[in-house]
Amino acid sequence: MNTNNKRSDKLILRLFIAGKTLRCITALNNLKLICEESMKGKYKIEVIDILKNPKLAKENQILAIPTLVRKLPLPRKNIIGDLSDRELVIAGLNYRTNI
Amino acid sequence: MRTTKNNFKRKTLPKSPTSIQGLDEITGGGLPKGRPTLVCGGAGCGKTLFAMEFLVRGATEYNEPGVFISFEETENELTSNVASLGFDLKKLVAQKKIWLEHIHVEREEIEQIGDYDLEGLFVRIHYAIESIGAKRVVLDTLETLFSELPNSQILRSELRRLFNWLKKKGVTTIITAERGDGTLTRNGLEEYVSDCVILLDHRVNDQSSIRRLRIVKYRGSTHGTNEYPFLIDEDGFSVLPVTSLGLNYDSSLERISTGIPRLDTMLSGKGYFRGSTVLVSGTAGTGKTSIAAQFVEAACKRGEKVLYFTFEESPGQLTRNMKSIGIDLEPWERKGLLQFHATRPTLYGLETHLTTSIKLINQFKPGIVILDPINGFMIGENQTEVKNMLLRLVDFLKMKRITAFFTSLTTANDNLENSDVYVSSLIDTWLLLRDIEIGGERNRGLYVLKSRGMAHSNQIREFRLTNDGIELVDVYVGVDGVLTGSARLSRELEDDAEKLLRQQEIGSKQFSLERKREAMEAQIIVLRSEFEAEESESLKIIGIEKARNERFSKDKAEMAKSRKGDIPLKTIKTKKKK
Repeated sequence: MNTNNKRSDKLILRLFIAGKTLRCITALNNLKLICEESMKGKYKIEVIDILKNPKLAKENQILAIPTLVRKLPLPRKNIIGDLSDRELVIAGLNYRTNI
Repeated sequence: MRTTKNNFKRKTLPKSPTSIQGLDEITGGGLPKGRPTLVCGGAGCGKTLFAMEFLVRGATEYNEPGVFISFEETENELTSNVASLGFDLKKLVAQKKIWLEHIHVEREEIEQIGDYDLEGLFVRIHYAIESIGAKRVVLDTLETLFSELPNSQILRSELRRLFNWLKKKGVTTIITAERGDGTLTRNGLEEYVSDCVILLDHRVNDQSSIRRLRIVKYRGSTHGTNEYPFLIDEDGFSVLPVTSLGLNYDSSLERISTGIPRLDTMLSGKGYFRGSTVLVSGTAGTGKTSIAAQFVEAACKRGEKVLYFTFEESPGQLTRNMKSIGIDLEPWERKGLLQFHATRPTLYGLETHLTTSIKLINQFKPGIVILDPINGFMIGENQTEVKNMLLRLVDFLKMKRITAFFTSLTTANDNLENSDVYVSSLIDTWLLLRDIEIGGERNRGLYVLKSRGMAHSNQIREFRLTNDGIELVDVYVGVDGVLTGSARLSRELEDDAEKLLRQQEIGSKQFSLERKREAMEAQIIVLRSEFEAEESESLKIIGIEKARNERFSKDKAEMAKSRKGDIPLKTIKTKKKK
């Protein structure tokens, strides 16, 4: 379990957006804020604009925008919406319980 | 408003042909071009197939590439599912004519925090359309999104936006949806897609299933409003709108022999009209199939192709039975002029029968089609449906100028003329076979109940199955009424005996007359010879008398000469000169 914890220490997130719409920017800002505040240094955010890279939308089965994908730690998890509720996002990412 | 009024032209909506057999006819050309169409129906009614055929036909026949967005089946599942219908999706995908995309979301993986939209779906559809230049799009069971994504309110507004967006893009779209309880779709998609709604239905009546299609609405276009039966088989989807064909076929004046010379004579000497519909009805064992077989044989001899649908006997049994009355159908079957098709009527629904028949007819292209018998279709109280089916078939056959020959089994209790009333209006020539019971035996009688467009016989003929085929015999019509069979035979024998007697009488009369003439002539001869004898006797006497007279006057003159009498000189002189 310990080794597992170490490995999953790092949170790898992917945020799918479609252009610079208000909702997408809000989501990105919310995410950044939450991560900075609660898990500083332990996360990595990758932002993917499906307008620029539509193939990735297919590969990742993205429908709703914005979608936040927790790639690591497993299991993969998706959160859709503009991430406007901080507590829910933290709970949703399951960050604390996983440690 | 004013300009539109002024420039008003009767312009039909541009349409996107589906090439689905029959559908384009009832929609007047296809689905509304550049607009979404909703196809709804219960599970297993063929929605996916309908949509897929629309895409494949578009890609292969109209050079309109299509995008298939599947929310239920994966690409591989789809490919193998429609392969059985002869669609090679792999090839079409490789040729960039079809784009398959499976959209799937695991509900468990998803959590909603805050507002979202479906831009991901939009982008994916857009990307797919742009990649192959698609003109047609299918969204197969879009409604699964409602169970996969949270917040149906957002979903609704997003779907509304999606349909508008698709309309703007000008792609012809089919959206499929499950039928809801009392509504067309479970989530009320029909509120958003209002251009064209097609309802597919799959019912089971009396253990046979019937698929039906109905166009619930079609904005800006006229369309057939009926429920049309449709069928899914190895060639895909086909709708049977034959009732829309109307009555505008040509009628042939050509006549074809029935194969029974005397029956031809009854039908004003020439037989049935080509392309007409013939019904032979009668009770069990009256020889309906035999009349059909005789007709088949005659047609094959002329070199025509015959397609024989048998619903009660196997082809082997039928050929064997027909051999017993001297009709050998086997060689024609071997030559390929005759094709049997045997099915139990209960095996499929009526529509399946109809479509398979039509398909077989299209493949085989016969001149004559036999349906033997049509009663098998009557299951319970489905007269109207049977009639509709036959009507469609008859319409189809008439269009193709194919002569249709139906047999129908009637029950002995019914009034024969009434028993087939449900089809009678479709029939051009109706032969009725009936049992005539006289003198403890049953015999078959045949008459022409009706025959449109010809002066047909009104006589009853006795109908006999002999070793050399069918024979029609005049029935005995006399003081005792109509007699058939041995009653007719004995009556005819009696008649013959009477005739013989009369002939003998006449003979003897003639004979005695002859004798009298001979006697008379003999008498004449006797009389003549008597007369001749008398005549010669008389002539002899006359001759003697004459000679004596001459002698006497000569003597007298000589005497005078010698006495130097005063006999005029002249006479003496001349006598001297002599």
